[in-house]
Amino acid sequence: MTGWRALFYKEVLRFWKVGFQTVGAPVLTSVLYLLIFGHVLEDHVKVYDGVGYTAFLIPGLVMMSVLQNAFANSSSSMVQSKIMGNLVFLLLTPLSHWSWFFAYTLSAVVRGMAVGMGVLLATALFVWQSSALNFSLLPQQPLWALVFAFTGAAMLGALGLIAGLWAEKFDQMAAFQNFIIMPMTFLSGVFYSIHSLPDFWQQVSHLNPFFYMIDGFRYGFFGQSDVSPWLSLGVVGVSLLIISAVAVNLLRIGFKIRG
Amino acid sequence: MPAISFQSVSKTFQTARGPFQALDGVSFDIEQGEFFGLLGPNGAGKTTLISILAGLAKATSGTVSVLGTNVNTQAAEARKKLGVVPQELVFDPFFNVREALRFQSGYFGVTNNDAWIDELLESLGLSDKANHNMRQLSGGMKRRMLVAQALVHKPPVIVLDEPTAGVDVELRQTLWQFIAKLNKLGHTVLLTTHYLEEAEALCQRIAMLKNGKVVALDRTDELLKAASSNVLRFKLDAALPPALAAKARVTGRIVQLPAHDALEIERHLAALREAGLNAEDVEIRKADLEDVFLDVMHANTPKETV
Repeated sequence: MTGWRALFYKEVLRFWKVGFQTVGAPVLTSVLYLLIFGHVLEDHVKVYDGVGYTAFLIPGLVMMSVLQNAFANSSSSMVQSKIMGNLVFLLLTPLSHWSWFFAYTLSAVVRGMAVGMGVLLATALFVWQSSALNFSLLPQQPLWALVFAFTGAAMLGALGLIAGLWAEKFDQMAAFQNFIIMPMTFLSGVFYSIHSLPDFWQQVSHLNPFFYMIDGFRYGFFGQSDVSPWLSLGVVGVSLLIISAVAVNLLRIGFKIRG
Repeated sequence: MPAISFQSVSKTFQTARGPFQALDGVSFDIEQGEFFGLLGPNGAGKTTLISILAGLAKATSGTVSVLGTNVNTQAAEARKKLGVVPQELVFDPFFNVREALRFQSGYFGVTNNDAWIDELLESLGLSDKANHNMRQLSGGMKRRMLVAQALVHKPPVIVLDEPTAGVDVELRQTLWQFIAKLNKLGHTVLLTTHYLEEAEALCQRIAMLKNGKVVALDRTDELLKAASSNVLRFKLDAALPPALAAKARVTGRIVQLPAHDALEIERHLAALREAGLNAEDVEIRKADLEDVFLDVMHANTPKETV
């Protein structure tokens, strides 16, 4: 086991040991969204031709869970280790900044994917129960779905790492999550197609990288989307590279972790 | 090649009240195989120096190397040669004892290390706790776990930053026997401690830090020789006469006065008699490291604060 794999495995085991809270709870939250919004809005909101609102909602909720949980994993692990002081065990090791980056980011991807799969499997109950839903659990374009789930989760994992390095207290972390991550995921078109928005808000939505992750992921399921999946992939890819470069550099200089 | 080399190490912290110089041109070498003590009062810069050595902080100027490896420019190589027991009693509440040691070993790229991990647990009296979560361990056990984590990759140089704080007497013995054994096997040991009798018993050489400067550096026996050779110790229920109080070390009822010869002892006792005081349990003992320490620290107190 080379150094980074030990750290990666430690980070995965960390959330898995409290899986009820780190995987189970977010799956339940998403299912509640689906139950309530699906029930209330099924006949009121028009999205794509041939795609019902609840079916439209499922991939959006899956991707939102992937993103939020990837962020939660790396950010909470880093900020907890800093505040508890046990980050010193890592700081004393020869692990390079690249090892830290890959271990934290990829373990965040694993958590995001685990929750995403959990949400998808939970929706199987709805699909099985209602023939009118007309949703296939198997994406039409599985590779697209996978690519967006992975790049999106990696970007949020890296962003969580940055937030974890920056935050000195739990309330700063909560602020980052509530005032940046939550609004950007909620305003990304999880619950609506941006074509239903007024022009101005459509333009604003196009500035939100989270929109491209959701839209690209949804393309994987329906073969339909608001923008081309290639454009989405470009935006998400560039965002991932920028965020990763920032995270790697903060680790390299020991930002707020080495005196 | 020295095990640890500090060359003109300075560190300045920027604080709200302006810059604070924690270390001011610290230079000394620790040879391979030595058991070396680093002493000094709180705030002297001991932990800052160790943090720089361990790569937890960067020196403002100066260089530090471990077995010839620069801790700044070749950080990864230097850290492999170091085992550091941090001062703070920290632990990861997600894992049990064995998991924590396996991960720590893995970070250093050491795999299939269970035989050594078992030996460490055995030597530190933690074998029956191997599958307990870190949270279930007592303070003393967590402290010994810090030692195990520092040694999991068999580092040639071991740094212990106040390892016996909060550890009871029996466990302290176990711990020191184990560290002394490692030292005999060739590991270099750098120790900071507040228990001066431990430093006296274990360390071959000692450096004393005060206000970020080295104020004494010598073999332990030389330091002891140089001190005021004897100490007059007695118990007293009343306040000391002012002439004696200035020289005395007072701990509750116990008074200790440095004395070089019989005449000085007689003079101390005469002063007590004149003041009408009765000293109980009078004894004369050899000076120990604590006396040396206090001597050195007083001798280096800046004039304006006296």
